[in-house]
Amino acid sequence: MSTQVPEEKEQSETEQEVNAETEAEISEGASYGDQRRDQRDAQRRQSVSGAPADIEGESFRLKVFRYDPEVEGKMEPRFDDFAVPKQKGMTVLDALIYARDRYDTTLTFRHSCRQAVCGSDALFINGRQRLGCQTQISDLEEPVRVEPLPHQDVVKDLVVDMEHFYDQMHAVEPFFQPEEDPDGDLEEYRQTRENREKIKMSTRCIWCGACMSSCNIAAGDNQYLGPAAINKAYRFAMDEREGENMKEHRLNVMDQEHGVWRCQTQFSCTNVCPKDIPLTEHIQELKREAVKQNLKFW
Amino acid sequence: MHEHDVLVIGGGGAGLRAAIAAHEEGADVAIVTKLHPVRSHTGAAEGGINAAIREGDDWELHAYDTMKGSDYLGDAPAIETLAQDSPEETVQLEHWGMPFSREDDGRVSQRPFGGLSFPRTTYAGAETGHHLLHVMYEQVVKRGIQVYDEWYVSNLAVTDHDDAEDRECHGVVAYDIKTGAVEGFKARNGVILATGGTGQVYDHTTNAVANTGDGAAMAYRAGVPLEDMEFVQFHPTTLPSTGVLISEGVRGEGGILYNSEGERFMFEYGYANNAGELASRDVVSRAELTEVNAGRGVEDEYVYLDMRHLGEERITDRLENILHLARDFEGVDALEEPMPVKPGQHYEMGGIETDENGETLIDGLYAAGECACVSVHGSNRLGGNALPELIVFGARAGRHAAGADLGEAEITKGKTAEIEEEDGLDTPVEPGAVPSGDDEAVADGSDDVAADGGAAVVDPDETVRRAVERERTRIEELMQKDEGIKHSDLRADLQQSMTENVNVFRNEDGLKQALEDIREVREAYQDVYVNDPSRTFNTDLIHTIETRNLIDLAEAITLGALARDEFRGAHWRQEHQERKDDEWLKHTMLSWNDGTPELWYKPVILEGEDKTYEPKERSY
Repeated sequence: MSTQVPEEKEQSETEQEVNAETEAEISEGASYGDQRRDQRDAQRRQSVSGAPADIEGESFRLKVFRYDPEVEGKMEPRFDDFAVPKQKGMTVLDALIYARDRYDTTLTFRHSCRQAVCGSDALFINGRQRLGCQTQISDLEEPVRVEPLPHQDVVKDLVVDMEHFYDQMHAVEPFFQPEEDPDGDLEEYRQTRENREKIKMSTRCIWCGACMSSCNIAAGDNQYLGPAAINKAYRFAMDEREGENMKEHRLNVMDQEHGVWRCQTQFSCTNVCPKDIPLTEHIQELKREAVKQNLKFW
Repeated sequence: MHEHDVLVIGGGGAGLRAAIAAHEEGADVAIVTKLHPVRSHTGAAEGGINAAIREGDDWELHAYDTMKGSDYLGDAPAIETLAQDSPEETVQLEHWGMPFSREDDGRVSQRPFGGLSFPRTTYAGAETGHHLLHVMYEQVVKRGIQVYDEWYVSNLAVTDHDDAEDRECHGVVAYDIKTGAVEGFKARNGVILATGGTGQVYDHTTNAVANTGDGAAMAYRAGVPLEDMEFVQFHPTTLPSTGVLISEGVRGEGGILYNSEGERFMFEYGYANNAGELASRDVVSRAELTEVNAGRGVEDEYVYLDMRHLGEERITDRLENILHLARDFEGVDALEEPMPVKPGQHYEMGGIETDENGETLIDGLYAAGECACVSVHGSNRLGGNALPELIVFGARAGRHAAGADLGEAEITKGKTAEIEEEDGLDTPVEPGAVPSGDDEAVADGSDDVAADGGAAVVDPDETVRRAVERERTRIEELMQKDEGIKHSDLRADLQQSMTENVNVFRNEDGLKQALEDIREVREAYQDVYVNDPSRTFNTDLIHTIETRNLIDLAEAITLGALARDEFRGAHWRQEHQERKDDEWLKHTMLSWNDGTPELWYKPVILEGEDKTYEPKERSY
């Protein structure tokens, strides 16, 4: 099952170089429906909201991290180069999909919604955590380097192991725990607009893991809850519907050795958050609340 | 072999709600999903949840609007159940902490949506689905429900009785994406399919890449009929370059559609003189394309959606997410300029035939959410009715699978006395499986249940074990080929043909062309190969299996569209510009019969609890 690789590696690299040269050559190796596909691609490029969609002969250059733990010849991490024709509006995710579908179907990465809400394509792009689908490739310097999120185990190519991230999210009791129920099944809890506004940004988290990956402290301390999990706790601690006793409990969870106090306000999480959540501020606010709670004998 | 009382396939809105409901009934339940639950496509829903929870509104109005919106192709018992259960289910979400938008008095906000006679769309900004998904996942975590994430269910374990009605489902076969292991999952009580939509049949869609209709295709091949697949909803406001959805909430809050002449065409050209931009989705989608075809589109492709006049404060309060989407995916500052929009595939209104309790024709097999057809949407789904469908029918399927008594369903399943056979649909090519040797049939996943001879397998454990063996063989077959055709090429060809020929506007020649193209892709699929030899995270393999599912569903959509020679809801036919109630107040049903799709019809149920919904001309 896992034998054809050394050969393929060389082959795929040269092929990619060659394929990148001209559209005509791309279609040469294919065996099915070539002509139709090229026509369709041409149509597609034209249909991308006007403008000089495809600049003849020009392409974006990608350097993509590759690694497969079980396939001979791919166990040593390396970078593969791909060239993707320039199209207006192309995102890094579009470019990766193009490279995978046209050049190398073994290129592996997570993606689904293509609209910055599923959180599965957080990647390390030109040295920064970003969502592939939300990043216009034309805004980046070439060659565009695409790597898996740092500080997480790499499963294969651009796919990282998210288990630790999920464990930390689960560790903060990430579910609503109100003290009393409203009267009646059809009666809502009342929440002021102001309170909803206060928690609004914290509820936008899509669990992409970019913040955790960018955090120096989390990189060095495996037990640190990290910005995403603390933000999740903030979302509930600040929700007036849960009540004061529960808030106290939540602050106690935060007020631990590997909780909020580990944060050194470097703002890296806030800087990379694709949903603009002010993570560092939320962590600082919980620190203040925890201090206030500890000084309650005042 | 893993074993649970109830297995839920899919971790989106319907799946999570089903799992919670089954758990509350005391069942040992597990979720098996090819993504992680928070990656599910429910998270992309923007607009809101229709629920009659305010004075002046009641469930009967909601039911009436839904029946009218469906163009009288919804079944009244399903629609009334939706309208009756939705208020409690929606307030339940609030009780689980969902951050709904709020009124001054602290209660949840509601807003107007297309085709509604009351502003009953309950929402959380323009990211309602994101919050719904996360809130329900939180409840799953709270209850300690087991989740097998990144496990791809590739087939059902169904007994091999000759007659589909006698078959029983005892579990599924799933592929661990991280390790490549193929394992059996046995369900003591039931399997609930909640695998979502099938938007990847088209190349311009609001759907996620993961929406490949796996559950519907697996159920279809196992013998469960697909219902009303030709009714594909095209959402009128998607961004032209990517298909990203711009919520109906924009029009609900007062957004205006203009053509290139600056005319407010919904009124100017009489497409909907009363409701204007808030006519139902089929009406607005056709209006936009008619404008483009008449030369009044922008760059011959799209129209403008303008919300600038709403003011920054209101936009930021209620539609902030739209500003981000327009900026990130179309490079437009929607506070300063109108957004370009055009129709895009959005929702499959048909699906796996179920009753109000989520049961399918096969004992032990349930379906809920977009992969199912109860049917509540008929030929046109109203905005804000997908999310209540998920929670209402997800919960019911979960409860029923766990053993709760929900009473006798009024919707019948399968071929009853009232069915009607299709007599002689003229297709240019033979639809259905490509006849081939046994080995290829296995690689293709299309072997029919009783195909390999010998005694019928009916024992639950043996049924699951044998299904696992079949899938292992199938995957080996796919991986062993060293050369052939790439799934990505086949998928692209399929999507292209569907978008050209089975879109908002349809005609006989186009539909026949699509059937020919689908056949070509199906034949080419016999030579598909998986280039990636790895057992670790082999997306090449997963996408190859998904592509087979897309082929079957594309064909089901097209066959239904060719058969239905009338104009109803989202299904417009150039040669048949009228709704034909005398002939077509019936559901299009498609059964996979030893690899041959068989078309038949069952009547629509217009009798509700205490009234009958009389079909009227639909005007907005």
